[in-house]
Amino acid sequence: MTWPDLPSALDLARFQFAFTVVWHFLFPAFTIGLASFLAVLQGLWLWTGRALYLDSFRYWLKIFAVNFAMGVVSGIVLSYQFGTNWSVLSQRAGNIIGPLMGYEVLTAFFLEAGFLGVMLFGLNRVGKGLHFLATCLVAIGTLGSAFWIIAANSWMQTPTGHSVAADGTFMPDDWWAIIFNPSFPYRFLHVVIATYLTTALIVGAVAAFHLLRDRANERARLMLSMAMWMALLVAPVQALVGDAHGLNTLRHQPQKVAAMEGHWETQRGAPLILFGWPDAAREETRFALGIPKLGSLILGHSFDAEIPGLKAFPPEERPTNVPLVFWSFRVMVGLGFLMIFLGLAGLWLRWRGRLYDTPWFLRWTVAMGPAGLVAVTAGWIVTEAGRQPYTVYGLLRTADSVSPVAAPAVAASLAAFAVVYVVVFGAGTWYMFRLFRQAPHVHEEGPPQGKPIRTAGITPAPSVPHGADAGRLSPAAE
Amino acid sequence: MMAGISLDLTLIWALIIATAVFLYVVMDGFDLGLGILFPVVRGKPERDVMVNSVAPVWDGNETWLVMGGGGLLAVFPTAYGIILPALYMPVILMLLALVFRGVSFEMRFRAETPRGQLWWDRAFSWGSYVAGFLQGVMLGALVQGIRVADGAYAGGWWDWLTPFSVFTGVAVVIGYGLLGACWLVWRTERALQAEARRFARGLGLATLACIVAVSAAMPFLQPSFRDRWFTLPNLLLAAPVPILVALLGWALFRALGAADRRANAEAGGTGEGTERRGRLAHDGMPFLCALGLFGLSYAGLGVSMWPLIVPPDITIWQAAAAPSSQLFLLVGAAVLIPVILAYTGYVYWLFRGKVRADQGYH
Repeated sequence: MTWPDLPSALDLARFQFAFTVVWHFLFPAFTIGLASFLAVLQGLWLWTGRALYLDSFRYWLKIFAVNFAMGVVSGIVLSYQFGTNWSVLSQRAGNIIGPLMGYEVLTAFFLEAGFLGVMLFGLNRVGKGLHFLATCLVAIGTLGSAFWIIAANSWMQTPTGHSVAADGTFMPDDWWAIIFNPSFPYRFLHVVIATYLTTALIVGAVAAFHLLRDRANERARLMLSMAMWMALLVAPVQALVGDAHGLNTLRHQPQKVAAMEGHWETQRGAPLILFGWPDAAREETRFALGIPKLGSLILGHSFDAEIPGLKAFPPEERPTNVPLVFWSFRVMVGLGFLMIFLGLAGLWLRWRGRLYDTPWFLRWTVAMGPAGLVAVTAGWIVTEAGRQPYTVYGLLRTADSVSPVAAPAVAASLAAFAVVYVVVFGAGTWYMFRLFRQAPHVHEEGPPQGKPIRTAGITPAPSVPHGADAGRLSPAAE
Repeated sequence: MMAGISLDLTLIWALIIATAVFLYVVMDGFDLGLGILFPVVRGKPERDVMVNSVAPVWDGNETWLVMGGGGLLAVFPTAYGIILPALYMPVILMLLALVFRGVSFEMRFRAETPRGQLWWDRAFSWGSYVAGFLQGVMLGALVQGIRVADGAYAGGWWDWLTPFSVFTGVAVVIGYGLLGACWLVWRTERALQAEARRFARGLGLATLACIVAVSAAMPFLQPSFRDRWFTLPNLLLAAPVPILVALLGWALFRALGAADRRANAEAGGTGEGTERRGRLAHDGMPFLCALGLFGLSYAGLGVSMWPLIVPPDITIWQAAAAPSSQLFLLVGAAVLIPVILAYTGYVYWLFRGKVRADQGYH
């Protein structure tokens, strides 16, 4: 077989980016929510003095440490991959996305990395207040990171505030317009809420797992309760934000929405296609099962609204993998509905006083543990596969963005990424599951390295001795 | 008017990014140096102390690498788009090595069996060797020059591999080993510190030899490098650099001797005064000298390359981003970099002093 029969350097580079970015985002999707959750737990502990909160904080802190490390190392890869594999994109859009990523480093990465050490190892060193501040700064850092990177991503989806120089380079004209580009507010909110939901589902699943064994575990009850409040309140909000995001996409990237919906013909009173198989060769969605006129109602807020279909655009302007966009969208939305139902079921059981001892509900909650991660991944696939064939939408094609690196080099590096990621992050995930399996208990220890690394000659600052306040206010049910 | 502004901006940015890369080199240099010393420090308690001495700060140290890369993309997108494809294999392999090294910090404490621990220790050590070596290779490949046509990389995917780049790779591993050993002299005590002093002597000599060898090779790589160093009046400005290197080498060995004497005095005494010994001005002295050697070597490279960012042809001004991009990020950098340095300093101060072997692990 000769090389031209094999995937091109472009395909390999695209696959490599998809592989590394999907792996990467699994970690921050959990980190962002978990950092805020930790800040809330610690705040509640400082406010109420109940050891229950400190034990729960320390339990999740151990998991946070492992997850954060994997997020950092997989993220550094991405910051260099723009250059190794997408050098033309970097050169042409560097004036715009470069400073946004620069701000991400300056405002977020240093903040997270600097105070992570204090957060993990500093509780016995700096006193409660300062330690809480460190936790909050890490949480703010994770959100700041999301802000800037989603600003960069959103600018590439809906570019504004720039001009194009004679050599094709994008020149910034208005930074405010670049950062707060039309899709940014929707995408940012949608992603941040998604990370909170993802975290709530994982926390809830771990808590439910332990409640199935010991329904009296106070810490597991606290975690399940908090997780179910989050799911109840936030999952419906996410549906509304997602709907608004979809309408924004319809305005700026109608091809993407047409692919999401499986619409080929532009029509009034378009159906809402529930299932089917979009066939790009036939230019139709086969075996479509839909609800008449509902598509127009959702997208156009009228039964007769005209909704553009894929045929309204020349084939070279359409997303390159319509079934992928179509089905990823259904996975995301389907899981979203399951999350809403979970939150409602939790409310019902809470009202009946049976939240912590209803086996079917606890098992369902365990099963929903990964749902947030799957939904977030599916959502990113919708938005990224849906904006093809462009990197900078409408202006720079993916095929014109790629580095002048030979296919064998890209293939070799892709293979190396695949092996290393599966081994390293597989092992990391395995360790996280080991931590999940340990029941949260009283006098939770926190990260093992957090056992005092006392240094000679230094008196630790007024500290929080291990479980010192557990005696003062011991949790009732132990 | 506009040209004047962009000229100044570009110069400032070149200095900022050069500083960020230097901070990365020395800060992650001693982290990686610890991994490089792992094969010769075999005891688990000693290895735990080594890792603990950097556990609270390594992540911040590595962030300077992201700053270097992100800054290059933001301010010198042309250089970023040429250098990274040119160094494709070493960059990717280095990132993968850093993946192993980074997660090993967490995993080696999580491993439940001695076997598992051994493997994560290996991942930490091999990751450090590969990352350090490839960073040196990239440096060598960059100063040797990169083939460019029409503003894009025009070479193959093995151009980076030359005898010179392999040599600079080895040199950086040795230099990182020196930084790691000197860090341990500063931050540890007793048997481990005694070992570290021994390593620091050997690695110090080897580092000085590498500096001499690379300096001797540099003028032959690019004609512009030769002109820079061997024409008047540059010669007069350049002459103090080798003298300073020799002085710092001497100071390094003197400081190691002083650390020997303090350790011997302590072994005969009560162990009082450990806190004072942990100070930068005492046991930290060899580390400062090692930093100085790195600083001088780095400055020497900078003088050779100036004003090129992609030798042999592309200058910082040719590679620079739009003035508006440079200005936009500079506003943030001017405010935030001092803040970052301040809280980084605070975290180092918080975790100051000797790290003890007999505490913390059960």
